[in-house]
Amino acid sequence: MGHDYAVVGGRLPRIDADGQVSGRTRYTDDLKMPGMLVGKQLRSIHAHARITNIDTSRARALPGVKAVLTGEDFPITYGILPVSQDENALALGRVRHVGEPVAAVAAVDAETAEAALALIDVTYEPLDETVTIEGALSGDHTRLHGEGTGTNVHRAAALEFGNVEEGFALADHIREDVFFFGGNTHAALETHSAMAAFENGRLTVWSSTQVPHYVHRALEKVLELPAGRIRVIAVPTGGGFGGKTDPFSHEFVAAKLAMVSGSPVKITLTREEVFYAHRGRHPVLMWVKTGFRSDGRITSMAFRTFLDGGAYGSYGLASLYYTGALQTTTYKIPNYRFEGVRVFTNKPACGPKRGHGTPQPRFALECHLDKAADDLGLDPVSIRLVNSVEPNSMTVNHLRITSCALDACIEKVVAESEFSAKRGRLPRGRGVGLAVGAYMSGAGLPIYWNDMPQSEVTIKVDRGGGVTVYSMAADVGQGSTTMLATVVAERLGLAPSDLAVVTGDTDLTPVDLGSYSSRVTFMAGNAALEAATKVRDRVVEAVADKLEALPEDLVLSDGTVGVRGAPGSEVTWPEAVRLAIAAKGPLAESGSYRAPKLAGPYKGAGVGISPAYSYTACVAEVTCDADTGLVEVDRVWVAHDIGQAINALLSEGQVEGSIYMGIGEVLFEEQAFRDALHRGPSLLEYKMPTFLEMPAVDTYLIESDDPEGPFGAKEVGQGPLLPVIPAVVNAIHDALGIRIDEVPITPDKIVSALRDQNRGGEGRVGPTGIPEFEFPPLQRVEPPQGAPR
Amino acid sequence: MSDHVITLVVNGRDHRLVVDANRTLLQALRENLDLTGTKHGCDLGECGACTVLVDGKPTLSCLTLAVAAAGRTITTVEGLADGDRPDSLQVAFAELGAAQCGYCTPAMLLSARALLDVDPDPDPDEINQALAGNLCRCTGYVKIREAVQLAAARDRA
Repeated sequence: MGHDYAVVGGRLPRIDADGQVSGRTRYTDDLKMPGMLVGKQLRSIHAHARITNIDTSRARALPGVKAVLTGEDFPITYGILPVSQDENALALGRVRHVGEPVAAVAAVDAETAEAALALIDVTYEPLDETVTIEGALSGDHTRLHGEGTGTNVHRAAALEFGNVEEGFALADHIREDVFFFGGNTHAALETHSAMAAFENGRLTVWSSTQVPHYVHRALEKVLELPAGRIRVIAVPTGGGFGGKTDPFSHEFVAAKLAMVSGSPVKITLTREEVFYAHRGRHPVLMWVKTGFRSDGRITSMAFRTFLDGGAYGSYGLASLYYTGALQTTTYKIPNYRFEGVRVFTNKPACGPKRGHGTPQPRFALECHLDKAADDLGLDPVSIRLVNSVEPNSMTVNHLRITSCALDACIEKVVAESEFSAKRGRLPRGRGVGLAVGAYMSGAGLPIYWNDMPQSEVTIKVDRGGGVTVYSMAADVGQGSTTMLATVVAERLGLAPSDLAVVTGDTDLTPVDLGSYSSRVTFMAGNAALEAATKVRDRVVEAVADKLEALPEDLVLSDGTVGVRGAPGSEVTWPEAVRLAIAAKGPLAESGSYRAPKLAGPYKGAGVGISPAYSYTACVAEVTCDADTGLVEVDRVWVAHDIGQAINALLSEGQVEGSIYMGIGEVLFEEQAFRDALHRGPSLLEYKMPTFLEMPAVDTYLIESDDPEGPFGAKEVGQGPLLPVIPAVVNAIHDALGIRIDEVPITPDKIVSALRDQNRGGEGRVGPTGIPEFEFPPLQRVEPPQGAPR
Repeated sequence: MSDHVITLVVNGRDHRLVVDANRTLLQALRENLDLTGTKHGCDLGECGACTVLVDGKPTLSCLTLAVAAAGRTITTVEGLADGDRPDSLQVAFAELGAAQCGYCTPAMLLSARALLDVDPDPDPDEINQALAGNLCRCTGYVKIREAVQLAAARDRA
């Protein structure tokens, strides 16, 4: 966009790459302390049961066992959301899913700990199980939370913006569809791990977490320790994708075991245990009805979602609203109704996975739109372009859109993929599909209500010129550490690799809320930029005094500070720093970021607001085997409106990783159950794409220069996943003429749809309807000024 | 469980260890020798994160007993560099952003090194085949493949 940046937008390696490629980066399970014990958790074999007795005496008597805990040791509940404090670190009186932690031991080694678990006698009294959405709504099951029988509804929502029925009356064509998105899980390669030590009355917890600040708060509550006596350190994390965004049982348990035993304790989950800890993508059943004018313009939309939440609240209340919030960010919808319900079932709790609650409705919406285009004799490109949102506009549900290059993204992938020449014209078995998406650059509100900044950064400069950046942002592989170094280096005229970055430590670093909702570049980046600007201003002032120049004439570049247009005037960065310290004392400055107040005037308005939205368009090309039902994704084109790449290399990596994860979700991955029992809690059965399934990809970063992002940047970690799933589904339709309205699209579904097609049917596989459910009375909301009419 | 006295030859050094018969090579490397660059991911030989080279061949250390590796030549990521000189793959992985969270990276590097040692000029399909046993959840493999090609080209130059 015509900016002349020295390091922003470049393709520099991560500043922590050497540690990664040498094997020296230490993840939580790589840490150990003298005298450290091994912690293990006993897990429920029942999906729903009362615990009538736990006898730990035999375990306690085993030599080498140093501490044993049960639910009685954790009477205080927790949960990531203040309104969903429904978990105990170990089950207290009742288990609600297979694999729920019931007791825990710390012992001198893993073998002793496992032997001790086998000696704990738990007496269960099984209860009836709720395992489906329909069952949860039926009203005749034992309630998971609370007493007695009834429905297992966690929460329901009903909102209407504008007048949906009036909107339908204006339509030339109305279409209804039903879709189902099977749940899946993050499966980060590193299994969760936490190490804890309790010394001098202070607790330290090292954890593979994306949210050290929230873990800190939860430990304070559950362990009844003052926050000032707890230190949480977010260790470099071997992948998160949202799976390490809740406070987890093993974090509390490791801490308590360390406090009780007096020795450091580490708990590393097995792969099987990670499937039970879960918090992955919700299974969602969806119904959508949309009115269109004959040129494709949307007049009205009604959207219903049914979320299978599993046994606990987790982020579920937010997940529920997210299934209704972002449909309006890509398309001008003048009248919009969202009704959703999340239910409890006796399965591991669902939560946020990359895209949190939005990939499911995005899949439904993009497939629905393609079908409507077919009905209307339009093509997938024009129906999207005629509806696409414009920059600097408001959506009907009060979301503020600023920068937006959706049209440019669509046009780019359509041109590069030759979509229009290919669609409907490739040989049978081959096809192309188009889809778009949008995602938040950070949730507009913190998880717990407060008026403090969402991100704080401190920069300290030593007398040798060394710059250290302090931020609680947790690097989960997305490159936030490198992002912080790059933003600060750009402002100070240094190289990112010159900087030290201290992250994710509640003793050392000022608060950042964590690595979720794609918030870190926008929020921590802005905080870092403010702090760096203050450092620069101090240095510039001191050097200007020395050189008898005007501050505005000074430039910082290549590690020097000098007068613009006066070569030879420069002082070195360390010298400039010493001048600044001599003039006004220690050179340490802080910056912060707080999102503007964006929430609309309705309950639930806190979900979906963001200071900026990224936009993505995707074309996928597939080859399908009509005999076996196997789908190969041949190539994927993604154009992503990132505002401004802080590091183009790392940004491309986020897009490529999103494409990969989208392909896994659309074709392979499902957290599937046989009643309440996980079908295969291992990587043997939970299949994910390897090198062989990954197609060629073409990534285009579109820079729309966001007015509020740091150097114009927006998010890239999650948005690019959204359109990949429906693009592949739409491509399968183009290839075979069948409609699979349910993901993952496994080969059996394709074969079954083809059989139906051969018999003269419509060639569809998918849900046939939605359950009867009385949603709450609609909350009617006036659209804001500037919303689409 | 009976104790066994074995010698593991890791990264050119001999280590005498007393191990149980059921101790895996992964446990011996990580817990006995503190070589934590080799990672645990799935316990089933599916994810490849525990890959080391045994006599130059990629081997899943979580499915290999330590006693079975006794006396054989083992290379872990800690032994990939030649003293101060990093392996060309390490350089290329860092340069091209082939590591995101980095958890699969040590094993990926070793599988790739084994490939380049027998095939200095692999085409993309050959790279895909050789590395298909190493899962990565972050990168979509794109930059890993590019890094292997870059390192191969530099090795040949």
